Amino acid sequence: MTDLPNAAPRLRTPLRHVRGLGSGHSGTEHFWRQRLTAIANVPLTIAFVVIVVSLLGRNHAAVVQIIGWPPVSIVMLLFIASITYHMRIGMQVIIEDYVHGELSKILLLVANTFFSIVIAFGCGYAILKLSFGV
Amino acid sequence: MAMSVFHRITGSALFFGTLLLAWWLIAAASGPKAYAGVEWFMGTIIGRLVLFGYTWALIHHMLGGVRHLIWDTLHGFEPQDREMLARGTLFGSVILTLVLWGVGYLIMGGTR
Repeated sequence: MTDLPNAAPRLRTPLRHVRGLGSGHSGTEHFWRQRLTAIANVPLTIAFVVIVVSLLGRNHAAVVQIIGWPPVSIVMLLFIASITYHMRIGMQVIIEDYVHGELSKILLLVANTFFSIVIAFGCGYAILKLSFGV
Repeated sequence: MAMSVFHRITGSALFFGTLLLAWWLIAAASGPKAYAGVEWFMGTIIGRLVLFGYTWALIHHMLGGVRHLIWDTLHGFEPQDREMLARGTLFGSVILTLVLWGVGYLIMGGTR
């Protein structure tokens, strides 16, 4: 910024830097939530990989029994919730970085949100059904 | 640089890979008939490779994320640090994935 000592009094305030929350229009909220879910994903991912591998080669009855066991169901539900939230933000960043047409960008952002929610509810419902066995 | 792009590539692969996860869980919830398809696919070499690739991408992305969390603390930006973190992510992801598969197999009670 150029400083002109004898120019008009400074009418510009720091407000202009924060109004509209910057070019992403979302401020630091996504940055923070991406990291919050990333931290949660570390133990959940490790547990998930072990669970999936230990289910390999088991028949349907055994899989239902294991996924329906509360400690496993709860870890799986938390994993699904955290990764779908995390992947929605991550894919949004990728779309905003590489897609510049306003309409195609909005359509992809909508598709991104819908996809993440469908996966979250689809997987979540399946785990609940395996748990409660209705 | 290449590792940052790779973080996005594994992230995108995992994004679409959740379809496999959804297929697996919804099939299990739907009953033995629907689950038979998953059982068959995961029994094939291709199925096992896809699952191994998926879990490796998951672990690689996880360690890449830890690297980003370290950078968030303003540490690890020196050239030798970045080199070490890149190697750690690559080799660490392979080793950790194999270890977790080993633990999974042990819980399962032997290989099958």
